[in-house]
Amino acid sequence: MNGLIGHGALLISVAVIVLGIGAGVMAGRLRTQDWINAVYSAVYTNFALVTIATGAMVVALVTHDFSVSYVAQVGSRATPLFYTIISLWSALEGSILFWGWVLSLYAAVVVWTNRRRAGALVPWSATALLSVSLFFAILLIGPANPFHLVYPVPTDGPGPNPLLQNHILMAVHPPLLYLGYVGMTVPFAFAVGAMLSGEIGSNDWIKLTHRWTLLSWGFLSAAIIAGMWWSYEVLGWGGYWAWDPVENASFMPWLTATAFLHSAIMQERRGMLRLWNVNLVVGTFVLTILGTFLTRSGIISSVHAFTTGTIGYFFLAFIALVLVASLGLVAGNSDRLGSVGHLDSAASRETVFLLNNLFLTVFMFTVLVGTLFPLVAEAIRGVKVSVGEPFFNRMSLPVVIVLVFLMGVGPALPWGRASRDELRRKLVPPAAGTALLLAIALAAGMRNAYALAVVALAGYSIVANAREIVIGMQARHEAHGEAWGVALLKLAGGNRRRFGGYLAHIGVFAVAIGIAASSSMRSDREATLKPGESVTIAGRTLRLKSVWGREETQRSVVGATLEFVENGRVAAIIEPRMNFYPASQQPVPTPAVRSSLLGDVYVNLQAFRPDGSNVTVKVIYEPLVPWIWAGGLIVVLGAITSILPQRVRVAREADARQPATGARGALAGLHANVEAT
Amino acid sequence: MTPKRKWAIAGTAAIIAVFGWMLYGGLDKNVVFFLTPKELLAKGTKGYDVPVRLGGQVRPGSVKWNDQTLELRFALTDGSSEVAVHSKGTPPQMFRDGMGVVLEGRYGRDSVFDATSLMVKHSNEYRAPKAGEKPQEMYRTLIKGSGS
Repeated sequence: MNGLIGHGALLISVAVIVLGIGAGVMAGRLRTQDWINAVYSAVYTNFALVTIATGAMVVALVTHDFSVSYVAQVGSRATPLFYTIISLWSALEGSILFWGWVLSLYAAVVVWTNRRRAGALVPWSATALLSVSLFFAILLIGPANPFHLVYPVPTDGPGPNPLLQNHILMAVHPPLLYLGYVGMTVPFAFAVGAMLSGEIGSNDWIKLTHRWTLLSWGFLSAAIIAGMWWSYEVLGWGGYWAWDPVENASFMPWLTATAFLHSAIMQERRGMLRLWNVNLVVGTFVLTILGTFLTRSGIISSVHAFTTGTIGYFFLAFIALVLVASLGLVAGNSDRLGSVGHLDSAASRETVFLLNNLFLTVFMFTVLVGTLFPLVAEAIRGVKVSVGEPFFNRMSLPVVIVLVFLMGVGPALPWGRASRDELRRKLVPPAAGTALLLAIALAAGMRNAYALAVVALAGYSIVANAREIVIGMQARHEAHGEAWGVALLKLAGGNRRRFGGYLAHIGVFAVAIGIAASSSMRSDREATLKPGESVTIAGRTLRLKSVWGREETQRSVVGATLEFVENGRVAAIIEPRMNFYPASQQPVPTPAVRSSLLGDVYVNLQAFRPDGSNVTVKVIYEPLVPWIWAGGLIVVLGAITSILPQRVRVAREADARQPATGARGALAGLHANVEAT
Repeated sequence: MTPKRKWAIAGTAAIIAVFGWMLYGGLDKNVVFFLTPKELLAKGTKGYDVPVRLGGQVRPGSVKWNDQTLELRFALTDGSSEVAVHSKGTPPQMFRDGMGVVLEGRYGRDSVFDATSLMVKHSNEYRAPKAGEKPQEMYRTLIKGSGS
């Protein structure tokens, strides 16, 4: 029954989408309200239908309806309800269904919030969103159909992949990733819509696109950090990033979207980079589809990859179609995509934004080459190779160092042209941050040159960004006599986008410092312990208390209890475990972490004697790991701040459109500028 | 074209060129070949001391594990050739004879493959465990053994 409802809803949705696309073409050409309403109705109807299909799948999962193929594949009566529900995204077909649902949701929200906007931009964008939806709808009734009927109906199933039902973050990371990944379709749809409606030369579409990119970017940032955290908490190797193809797949669109968030401002304020921005938006979207292709076609082996059959060809064909159509549109609009503004001076924020875009793009290409090289090598030379972590680390470190520095220089420089005096006043004082952090890092024992460079430049940039906030507060304090706290709130409220940007920068610095410290100053050791024996790492002593076993509903658990011994007393206990799931021969490690602001002690149970007489544990000390999670949170807060609606102040708009110059500009820019970053 | 613009283009081109050169050099040094024991031995002296991934099966009866020094020795086979493997560190809990593994490491001139990492090959496609490899059985002996 669930299978019929779900499959039926998807079949109807294909018809609705096709009709909607037809109506969209008419709406875009004739611009009559009837046709426009027809497209919007198709978007809403499609959302309702995919919601019904997804709901039917959730009901099937919860009621253990094993007549539905997807439930037979990932369901199990022993799996707790919570993990049963989230197993919606634990295998290929379910994840494509969820993808389709998120896309239909985005399309409905985009159309609803912009339904009164005049012009053909929104109807054409809705048509583009429907076209992408069509691709996923075809996957769902074809190669990735989750609603096949299974006969005879099995009485029970294997349950989801053990790795995916072992941690609560599995409920957080994938939805965030889909919201971020699928959300990149919206900027793409706006770009297509702007090109088809001839509004590509207007400032309107870039503002709209900037906001929607920020939303998706915020989700994607959160998803990447949550994924790192999941990997750290579950995989048992004490790391959080391995340049795995799937990690790369999520990181590449993040890089280009980050570039766009900056270059869109260049277009808004200076009319520059129009052609480049369209390409960034299209590129980001193609990278999300490419990423899905890499991870869902089974072409690259990875911890995340689901193996499948023919779905890869569909993705390749879709990527080719998107590229050809986009290039055609860009070529057709080339006369509208020229720059109207120009660079006034090398000493300006514009230059830093250009460099930022250059280095982010270079970074993306590095990751892309490293990720695709094994495919190319196998296709051309017939050899199986992999590109090791050293390649990615060696290539990315210099780029990261430059980017961290640029993130400090950019906010400090004014638009237009900075005077020599201004350069000195803005760029010299943050060096104090470099000196301070460098001294702390050296005193703490950091010796790796790259890590020191990252920390030192992060020190510079933290001061540079914090200083911009303080200068703004000071201006308000002096001009309006506001208390400092009020000034901070008003500043944040007055120009949310700019303030959110500073906040996001500071979050990135925390992440960078956390990664630099934890990767360069990690110490680890393995030890085989009998109960009562201890192991010492980085001055901390851990004593094995007991080895135990326990039966839980869906799994069996073997664990060890270790005590932190400080001054002869037990300060804390830690319980690394191994979870055994019936469907898999491999136990799933469940490391335990004792976290503090300065660093984590991470214990993984590696092996045990079945008679409980000893265990082998891996003990790792990693400084500043929590900074990565905290930094990620700050980045997300920055994105939220930037997205929240801006208070409307029309009066100053005209003034603010002028590029700020000189000392007056620097202060006024922060103080009252409405339009700025 | 203004001189400023020329400089900007030259600078951009220089950055891209340096990057391309780094990319080429980086790939050249960091590509890790995936080989079977037969392919590794066929490389002769070229197979020594370069990082490779070696895939094969653990030859039954060859595993020697010292839980005090944490040293693991076994023979990896692909059916026709075999390579002696030495690794420091704990094998995965379910490591056993006959299973497929992927090793990362270098083949030394002493004809022993020194593995820095050992991964058990398993797919996402599930199959029912065979008799004797069920985790529950192992787990029950643990409960009995430790009495807790």
